[in-house]
Amino acid sequence: MKILIKNGRVIDPANNIDALMDILVDGSKISRVAKDIKGSADSTIDASGKIVIPGLVDMHVHLREPGREDKETIKSGTHAALRGGVTSVLAMPNTQPAIDSVKNTDLLKGLIKNSASINVFICGAITKERAGIELADIIGLKKSGAIAISDDGASVDSDALMLKAFKDAKKAGLLVICHSEDKKLSASGVVNLGFTSTRMGLRGIPKESEYKRVQRDVDLAKKAGCRVHIAHVSCKESVDIIARAKKQGIKVTCETAPHYFSLSEEAVLGYDTSFKMNPPLRSKEDREAIKQGLKKGIIDVIASDHAPHTENEKEIEFERAEFGIVGLETELAVSITELIDTGLLDWPGLVNKIALSPARILGINKGTLGAGSDADIAIISADADWLVKNEDLQSKSKNSPFIGKQLKGRVACTICGGKITQLWNS
Amino acid sequence: MENALVWKRKDLLGLEELSRQELELILSTAESFKEVSTREIKKVPALRGKTVVNLFYEPSTRTRVSFEVAAKRLSADVINIASETSSVRKGETLIDTGKNIEALKVDIIVVRHNYSGAAVMLARNLRASVVNAGDGWHEHPTQALLDIFTLKEKLGKIDGLKVSIVGDIAHSRVARSNIWGLTKLGAKVTVCAPKMLIPPAIEEMGVAVTHDIDEALRHADAVNVLRMQFERDEQSAFPQQLEYFKNFGITRERLEKAKKNIIVMHPGPINRGVEISSEVADGINSVILEQVTNGIAVRMSVLFLVAQANDNIKNENTD
Repeated sequence: MKILIKNGRVIDPANNIDALMDILVDGSKISRVAKDIKGSADSTIDASGKIVIPGLVDMHVHLREPGREDKETIKSGTHAALRGGVTSVLAMPNTQPAIDSVKNTDLLKGLIKNSASINVFICGAITKERAGIELADIIGLKKSGAIAISDDGASVDSDALMLKAFKDAKKAGLLVICHSEDKKLSASGVVNLGFTSTRMGLRGIPKESEYKRVQRDVDLAKKAGCRVHIAHVSCKESVDIIARAKKQGIKVTCETAPHYFSLSEEAVLGYDTSFKMNPPLRSKEDREAIKQGLKKGIIDVIASDHAPHTENEKEIEFERAEFGIVGLETELAVSITELIDTGLLDWPGLVNKIALSPARILGINKGTLGAGSDADIAIISADADWLVKNEDLQSKSKNSPFIGKQLKGRVACTICGGKITQLWNS
Repeated sequence: MENALVWKRKDLLGLEELSRQELELILSTAESFKEVSTREIKKVPALRGKTVVNLFYEPSTRTRVSFEVAAKRLSADVINIASETSSVRKGETLIDTGKNIEALKVDIIVVRHNYSGAAVMLARNLRASVVNAGDGWHEHPTQALLDIFTLKEKLGKIDGLKVSIVGDIAHSRVARSNIWGLTKLGAKVTVCAPKMLIPPAIEEMGVAVTHDIDEALRHADAVNVLRMQFERDEQSAFPQQLEYFKNFGITRERLEKAKKNIIVMHPGPINRGVEISSEVADGINSVILEQVTNGIAVRMSVLFLVAQANDNIKNENTD
């Protein structure tokens, strides 16, 4: 089947393209990108007035399957992804069971094959059961198809074990993704430590719990000569540490999530648990530092940290509620609203953060619209305003801080592997 | 009707969100209700036909009884639900419990809960009025209001007063509510405690911080002494208590260096010899029992205002 996408503003930073062009899709691949492509196609999409970008590559997603299908399934999660223009995700291993062995990777591969409607890549665990005590079979994970390892949700406390993990990962050629948090410092905190925790009468999570562990992880990676990717950077000090490390030539990359550049800690004052996540929303200065980090290229990637939780786990007392929010369906629109509309990033800059750069970090052939690449494409009505509604979310869980918010930029159509999902028509 | 212009809230959740005008309205309404308790027949019909539920997830006698007395003097029907186990153990969520109570056509739920924000969450999910009777470390608005009412009664004003709050500020909802209320009304507030009991960035609430009790007392017009709660293990708590009393206890010797007429307040129950000496607690500067009496008038005022506002909201919706 051939699809012709006509007259869209095609943005493909991998090939330095930002121009009105047509794209011809043949089967599951992009066959041509050029001005004014003639000829017939099975399906023609008029993209005039719209922006055509590579499908998003979200390298931080919790699909919850296997084990917590009440929160999300691969089916519901990947439907949500399509809705947000996301065509590739990296599934985090904190499932039940954790993806810490060849056997469990195989189990997950089977589930993905049966029910994913987009590309789901596998992140294995660093340690068995993500307990931080004994390393997982890192070589085995690589062989069975994992493309990265992380104990996301937890950090390996032992320096010696983490160093060994970096060394093994280097041998295996696997990316290590660090949830950098010293839980001894976070203790039982639930919001950012400072004026917010004080006025709310809640225990605080100090920034030190994040950035001191970022520093350690960067230092250990350097020692092992291994690449490291820091997940969900939320504060200024972490950005500064990573900037310094990059300057020194350490192979470090990092991501932030849309909530860290669109929201700050004041949002949590109403005790709405849709604003409770880990790391917590930080100060206005931190939010600004995250934005500047994106602008200056210190922060390489925007990823959602999509973390679905049921109403039973969220509509309870703030301290008891789970950490985490859903984000697949809003990450692009929040980024457009907060970064493009404000002039902080241009379109190629955003596409780089949200598609190309994560693909390169993960070493997958995604994030580009070049001829011959997979036909993973998002067509965006960039100026469309829309209201985020609970009932419109495709994710099984509705724990979004953006419900009720007006966002700019809507995904009109997502194409994944040459398959069209028409989403919304202006 | 003037009330309705100033007070539009169906709930009282904390003093942080209140304006000076709203605070003053609660206080002036309380003044007019205070007289009721001195009558031979201590009752007015203001809330006749209304039902008030005291939903207490933490053991509390004085606050619960004070609310009960206040509601009864307004002619409301009162039901007490004491759940010594938290909602966690009961297996029903707080919101479900609230909705079940609301389904009994209850007008006001007075809630005490060990988790900060519990009253806020309940209020957001119910049409009934919610009055916060203390949530975690967050706020205890009616306690602060009765403290402020008592101060104003004694000294004639709040504006310009120097008030020191002494004790475990970090874990005290009474301290937080007092700070918001007093600073909004123009008082200069100092908090005094050992370093580890001062929460981060408390200065941003508009207070001064000291770790020196004599400094806290030196120019103060009033001192509010918080109850100290040491861990239950008495063996290890005892030396801590002695140490605390030595460094921060309010004693006659310390008061002699303060203003002669300094007002000594305490939200109760007091720990004699821990945060305050018996001599001071029972002495001429102490207004501790007057606070208890004023608690009734203040709570009558709050119950009355939220009920009235909620009636107005319901009427507007049916118009």
